[in-house]
Amino acid sequence: MDHLDQRLLNEFQQDFPLESRPYAVLGERLGMDEDEVMDRLARLTRGGSISRVGAVFRPHTVGGSTLAAMAVPAHRLEEVAELVNAFGEVNHNYQREHRLNLWFVVTAPTKARVAEVLDEISQSTGLQVLDLPLLEHFHIDLGFDLKWS
Amino acid sequence: MVLNDADHALVSVLAEGLPLVSHPYRAIGSQLGMDEAEVIARIQAMRDAGIIRRFGIIVRHHELGFKANAMSVWSIPDGVVSEIGRRLGDAPEVTLCYRRPPRLPDWPYNLFCMIHGRDRAAVEETIRALVQRFDLAQYPHAVLFSTRRFKQTGARYGRPIPRAAAE
Repeated sequence: MDHLDQRLLNEFQQDFPLESRPYAVLGERLGMDEDEVMDRLARLTRGGSISRVGAVFRPHTVGGSTLAAMAVPAHRLEEVAELVNAFGEVNHNYQREHRLNLWFVVTAPTKARVAEVLDEISQSTGLQVLDLPLLEHFHIDLGFDLKWS
Repeated sequence: MVLNDADHALVSVLAEGLPLVSHPYRAIGSQLGMDEAEVIARIQAMRDAGIIRRFGIIVRHHELGFKANAMSVWSIPDGVVSEIGRRLGDAPEVTLCYRRPPRLPDWPYNLFCMIHGRDRAAVEETIRALVQRFDLAQYPHAVLFSTRRFKQTGARYGRPIPRAAAE
């Protein structure tokens, strides 16, 4: 990854241009042409550094979401994680160091669907699912200074 | 701002990401039966209304060397949790900060902060510094490092694209 890749990743996490040819605008700022910007973004996406060029929505404005936690017996962790992953509504799913060892985020067009997903997971695993909906947010994903050294 | 059906369809598409083509807004529009200017105007309106919190390149921290991530949680009395949350949320080391309900007896914690770092020691040091700076040692606290990522994709808030618009 060279300096231009690093600048692409760090400088356009917010305020991506809403203009007809946004990649050409990025190119002007970085001193390269539109095709090179698209090539670099494609390569960084393939390599896993970029998830997408897109939007992060404020919670509870376009649907429902929640954070859920489960205490899964160690020998069932993979099986349960796979079952949780199979829901398209689950967009993050992590094992964490705690008795509550599986943590995942459910997002759906309606709050009713979020509740339904939690129910279905609880029913099919026979395990309790803690529902921890957002009550107040103090800082939500404004991008991330990668502090390249 | 009230979202109409076209906005919901646009939300679905934006959650997937912009295509890497010269005129991405035009490409999205042709999928949804909108013209380029309309797509841009609706994204701008959602951004102005705060519905879109951020619009840009979404990076994957783990792949960029931020190998450690911890969810740091505290149990803080209701009367002061919002004030402490606001102060913690403003700290540059904190990548996300929010309040959620405790669920007794299993889960007494109501304030959550995400901390990302290049390694575990760096994250631990960051948390130590936050506890000191914001006088948090008095509150019950737990740190949940992630040990395995089973899934990480964009949130899919959007409703399915209406058939008429998709065709």
